[in-house]
Amino acid sequence: MGAGHAHRLYRHGHSPVHRLPAHTKIAAVLAFVLTVVATPREATWAFGAYALLLAAVAALSRVPARHLLTRMLIEVPFVALAVLMPFVAEGPYVEVLGMSLSESGLWGAWNVLAKGTLGVAASVLLASTTELREILLGLQRLRMPPLLVQIASFMIRYGDVIADEMRRMRLARVSRGFTARGVRQWGVLAKTAGALFIRTYERGERVHLAMVSRGYTGTVPTADETAATRAQWSFAAALPLAALAVCLMGWWTL
Amino acid sequence: MVDAVTATDPRDEPPNEPVNDPRTDPRGEPAPPPSLDVSGLAYAYPDGHQALFGVDLTVARGERVALLGPNGAGKTTLVLHLNGILTGGAGSVTVAGLRVDPSDRAALAEVRRRVGIVFQDPDDQLFMPTVREDVAFGPANTGLRGAELAARVHEALALVGMEEYADRPPHHLSFGQRRRVAVATVLAMRPEILVLDEPSSNLDPASRRELAGILRSLDVTVLMVTHDLPYALELCPRSVVLGEGVIAADGPTRDLLCDEALMRAHRLELPFGFDPRSVPPPHA
Repeated sequence: MGAGHAHRLYRHGHSPVHRLPAHTKIAAVLAFVLTVVATPREATWAFGAYALLLAAVAALSRVPARHLLTRMLIEVPFVALAVLMPFVAEGPYVEVLGMSLSESGLWGAWNVLAKGTLGVAASVLLASTTELREILLGLQRLRMPPLLVQIASFMIRYGDVIADEMRRMRLARVSRGFTARGVRQWGVLAKTAGALFIRTYERGERVHLAMVSRGYTGTVPTADETAATRAQWSFAAALPLAALAVCLMGWWTL
Repeated sequence: MVDAVTATDPRDEPPNEPVNDPRTDPRGEPAPPPSLDVSGLAYAYPDGHQALFGVDLTVARGERVALLGPNGAGKTTLVLHLNGILTGGAGSVTVAGLRVDPSDRAALAEVRRRVGIVFQDPDDQLFMPTVREDVAFGPANTGLRGAELAARVHEALALVGMEEYADRPPHHLSFGQRRRVAVATVLAMRPEILVLDEPSSNLDPASRRELAGILRSLDVTVLMVTHDLPYALELCPRSVVLGEGVIAADGPTRDLLCDEALMRAHRLELPFGFDPRSVPPPHA
């Protein structure tokens, strides 16, 4: 596959993790996340163990920590919600740094923060080692409904086209002296968004016409014959199995 | 005004090239049916607007024909009838002997394989993540798989000189390259007739010339919808003018372009300084 034109999340490489078929990786990440979510929040050490497991996978994939950490910043808005919880939750209160915080709220915040961060980290790791196109093919191999795969694949194909159109509309606005300074200008922006929506809708119709002209009847045939070997499946399963052991230990020691 | 329809009838002449195409005609019949035979085609849109009023058009195998006409003359409506996307009006369309019949799904699928439409905006035509997958889309819909499919994709990309771009996403190609890939997506279905909607629009002069070279090199019937009259003259020995929903003129491209009354009547204008008499006649 051509390098250099990949998505911003992806980092080109040839590690064992990169080489795994996409569907095994998706299944592994999903199983890992479910295991993490099923872990009792009081078993704090378990979350450290999960983090170590992910760090091991990251080391194996040779994706630099900086690449992963900067992309994990996507989580920040969700963290804000978690931070609020100790202030708004009910129950017995504890004194922390001179503030009276809800104990259950603190546990809740920890729960969201730890599990969320691990989930984001696992997903970023998947996206860094798997091309976007491969992820879609992987989902298809995992029997995700073809219509959803088609919609996602159109989103990827036309995202740039629509962003381009948006950029041209912005240039046209600016060229005629428009600057968005405040609420008064929102009307113009809303109309631009409306025009963009209609253009996109019409493009959708034209694309459909072009598809029907080439014999489209509802399914996109793919000449995809990638199958994972038993060895590849077991390699991919290493992460969720290790996580499962940690999870069971977590329940055991509770 | 010359009545070009009766003045010359290119159907009386043999096709410009000896066509011996084993792909489309394995039996090698002496007189293959015309690639396209439209007769009495009339159509009104559901909102009542009538676009076609009885179109008769025959295109012999191997011919290259330009379809000229001002905006709103019904060119797009006619094109969408050729592969059965629009149906329901009067008249008939026959593609290499197979009648377009919306109630016969198998026949319709075969018609869509035989009529390859290249739409004006390549971004509408190229909807798959990579060039290779897009070119494979059509033949895969006809049931091709595996090595056969890969060979077909390679063949089609080679015809337009885009083999090395097979794994690129379409939006990383130049406009001219995208237009060429759009042609390849249709060639991959080994069509009987290639229908091009404004093939030279938005192309820079070099891409325009390259595309002309590609179209000339193809061994396929071509119907080219265009406003680019010099391009029509360069590529198509024969032209038809669609005006107000009927074929208003049909004849050698140069004769039509030199008929000032006809041109004026259909809002067709040559570019400034262009004299169709001063260029060598198109050769097939």
